[in-house]
This record gives sequence, structure tokens and C-alpha cells, in this order.
Amino acid sequence: MRKPKKLINDRFDVAKEQFEGLLCAMDGKLQGLPGITAAIRSDYPNNKVAILTGGGAGHEPLFAGYVGKGLADAAVLGDIFAAPPPNVILQTTEAVDNGKGVIYIYGNYAGDNMNFDIASELADDDDIKTHTIRVWDDVASAPLDKITERRGTAGDLYVLKIAGAASEKYDDFEQIVAVTERARDYTRSMGVALSSGSVPQTNSFNFDLPEDELEIGMGLHGEPGVSREKMSTADEVVNKLVDQICSDLPFQSGDEVCLLVNNLGASTYMELLIATRHAHALLAERGIKVHNTLVGNYCTSQEMSGYSLTLMKLDDELKNLYDLPCNSFALRK
Amino acid sequence: MNVIETKEMMLFVSKKMVASEPHLTKLDQTIGDGDHGIGMERGFKAVTELLESDYQAQDVSKLLLKIGTTMMSTMGGASGAIFGTLFRAGAKSIKGATAFDTPTLSTFLANGLQGVYERGGAKPGDKTMIDALVAASEEAQTLEGDLATNLPAISKAAMLGVEATKDMIATTGKAKTLGERSLGHPDPGAMSMALILQFMCEFQTEQLAA
Repeated sequence: MRKPKKLINDRFDVAKEQFEGLLCAMDGKLQGLPGITAAIRSDYPNNKVAILTGGGAGHEPLFAGYVGKGLADAAVLGDIFAAPPPNVILQTTEAVDNGKGVIYIYGNYAGDNMNFDIASELADDDDIKTHTIRVWDDVASAPLDKITERRGTAGDLYVLKIAGAASEKYDDFEQIVAVTERARDYTRSMGVALSSGSVPQTNSFNFDLPEDELEIGMGLHGEPGVSREKMSTADEVVNKLVDQICSDLPFQSGDEVCLLVNNLGASTYMELLIATRHAHALLAERGIKVHNTLVGNYCTSQEMSGYSLTLMKLDDELKNLYDLPCNSFALRK
Repeated sequence: MNVIETKEMMLFVSKKMVASEPHLTKLDQTIGDGDHGIGMERGFKAVTELLESDYQAQDVSKLLLKIGTTMMSTMGGASGAIFGTLFRAGAKSIKGATAFDTPTLSTFLANGLQGVYERGGAKPGDKTMIDALVAASEEAQTLEGDLATNLPAISKAAMLGVEATKDMIATTGKAKTLGERSLGHPDPGAMSMALILQFMCEFQTEQLAA
């Protein structure tokens, strides 16, 4: 049986060592908190509503790659694919709180929900105000009438971008929450997977996808999607992704959107660009204007091959906030 | 069992749980994201370190509470929150207990279960650790007398709870989107729950034999 090949050191140090590497790559712009895998931006002004994100490691550059001016103020990571524990989230919350409150933004998974909820209760004991915004952009994971059961994927990026910009521009906690929740509600994603990723500690692939098949809508951790199909062409796959995404919100003629073509890990820029080309054509056919396009590794799942498309619908306020500058490892504007 | 013996039992359980990692990983790769075994290994490694240190618990309640807090603060993931809550909520309900006996375990399981319900929102039949925990808790409520005599029945009930999860469709956690594809496979969290009780039982048996 084929085994994953990864250059790592001790299997239990993977999450910690990739995090330390990120700190190095940021040349001092990101500070680690002592003893835990959590980081805070070095230029944190300490006079704003704080944006805190986090989740399991293994999806690099998510989540710590989005810490910086105009994005998240801090990120807290767990082990590979596992939510961080409550005391570690609390420690990070205490590090960023300056009396104006902390907004938690993370992907909607049972483990993240429970650990962040416990942390939020502990923060409340310390009189720290928190508000939770769960991202549930993955159209494939539940029907629209059960949207709060959907998973959070690459859409985290847009929600963090808007939250970060809003928290620089506005002082009012509720105003920041409202616009960030609107960004979340206007964001939809769907992916296609061609092959499995592997959790470094177990040294084996998480699921089995036959050589000649692909899966539309598969989740970041190998959760099954909407259909398993024979390998086809890029245009046919992108047709399906755009159809499902557009009919869900729905995105309509006259809408303006941001488009993210996200690598799940092992796909090539060549394939991402071929997908981008067709996604643009399809959106143009539908009368949907693309305001901004991002292509690359934004939310990955180890060596899973495949990609996801994400659209966020813009209104005037979201567009203004999206266009504000930001500076992090994974996103600079 | 007094608090010192209970500590020895939990050290035995912890080491056995650490050694169960490959088994649990295999189960979770089938219906989850493959990290359950690693999470349990991480948590029980920390518990092993705690129990091998010079930590001295005042009573059984404080011991189990400390174990719960250790798991909750080292594991992460859904398992950390759930198993941490089980031990913490269970331990708080047996405040001041100086012996780990049948009524103590029974109260611990019943209130631990209540804590898990409140935290996770899952119910019996959802293909989670609750299915093993409910089975064990219900069995424990019916029993009286010596814990060593009763543990095999409690442990067996939990394992039957695990068996029953094979016929369930996951509705929570990362396995929920598997839908019918989760049929035929036991829930890894339920297996962990049953293994904890099984290892308690093995400790008792070995101690009796010794």
C-alpha cells in the first residue's frame, strides 16, 4: 500500500514546529505566546476590538497566516486537525483583550465549537466580553435550511478580512459583529478532491479515492461530498462547483463578488489557473462581476489534491472594507 | 478502592489508552478525520505524567477532577472537550468521596453523562461516545455491592453500546456528513469510552489475581 511521504521530525512536534517556522517567516511581525501555539501581531495597537481566530493545525496557511494588520489580531492553534483546548484559547483571549471585547471567528466544527464555547465561558468569568462568529461556507456539507450545520472552509479568509478591516475602522463592537456576520452570510464555497491527504502522526492516508475518480464537495478532512464521479475535465468540474455555489445564496446577475480559487494542497497552479479561467467565464455569463480574484494556497488539507471555489457577494460597505490594506503571511493588500 | 489505589488504577488505564492509539486511529480513519486516537494518546500521556509525578490527590473526586482538567487542557478537538467534561462533571458529583466503589462510579457516570449532554448537544443514537456511556451508566445504576464484581458487567454493557453504534448513522462531528457510509463501523469515541471502563476492569481483575 502507498504510504504518505513527509519530511517531518517527531510526529508530535509537527504542529509546534510549523508554527515556529511561521514566526521565523514573519521576521518579527508575529509574536508567539509563551509555551503555546498561539500568535499575536507585533504591531497590535491594543486599543481596538480584538479579532481572534483559530482551529486545528494542518490547514496552513490558515489560521496563523491571517494574523496581521487589517486581519486577525491573534490566532490559536491545536494539533493537526484538532481544535485547541479551552485554556489555551483563554490564554490567547487574555493576551489580546484590552477591555473592548474579543470576537472569535472560526470554522464550524463540533470540536472547535465546544472548545471555544468553554473558553468563552471562562473568559466571561474574567469579565472579558466575547462574541462568536462561526463560518459555515461549505455548500456541500448540509442543505440551506440547515446552514448552521455546514462546515467552515476557505471562506474563513473573507470573513477574517472583513472583520479585520472593520475592527480597524470602527470602534463599536456590535457594528463590527454585524458587518462580519453579513460577510459570513454572503460567502459560499465548494470543493473537489482528487486524492486524500494524510495526518502526519498516523503516516497513512485518511480516505481512499480510486485513481479514476474524483469527489465533488469533499470536506477538508475527507468528509464525503455530494457525489463521487469518474475523472472528467476541468471545465465540467468547475461548471458543477459554480452552479451549486451560485444557486445556493443565490448569486445573481448584477452582483459583484470576490472569487477565491483555493488549492487543497497538492494541485498545481496550472490547474488552479485553468479553473480560474473557466470560473470567470461562467460568472460573466451569469452577469456576475468579479471585483477581486485570489488564486493559491489559502486553506489546505495536507497533500489532498483538488481545489475549492469561494464567492463572497459584496455591497458598498463590504467592498470598501475588502479594499482596505492588510498585511499577513498569507494575504497582503 | 481508596484514593491511592484509584490513582494506580487510573495510571494503568492511562497507559493502556496510550497503547490503544493505533486501534482508535484505524477506527477514526474509517469514519472520521483520523485524529481521535492521537488526541486520546495526547490526553492520556499527560494524565500518565500527572499520575507518575508527586501529585497527591486529597480524595477520589479531586483525583478524577484533576484528570478531567488535564485531559481538557491538553487534548483539544471534540474529544478533549467531551472526555474532559465527562471526568470533570462526574468528579464534581462525587465531592468528598474517599472510596471508588459501585455507588461512586454509578454517580460519576450518571452526572458525567449529564455534563456531556449539556456540552455536546448529542443524544443517544447519534453514534457518539454517549451510546457507550449511557449503556454503562444504566447498567451501573442497577448494581449493588463490590465494584470488582460489578465492573465486568459495566464494561460489557459499554462494549455492547459500542457494537450498537455500528447500526447507527452519524449525525454529529466530522463523521456526520458520511451519512449512510458510517453504517457498519463503530464510533471511535464510543470505543474509547468502553476501553476506559474495560481497562478499569482489567486492573481490578489483575489486582485480585495478584
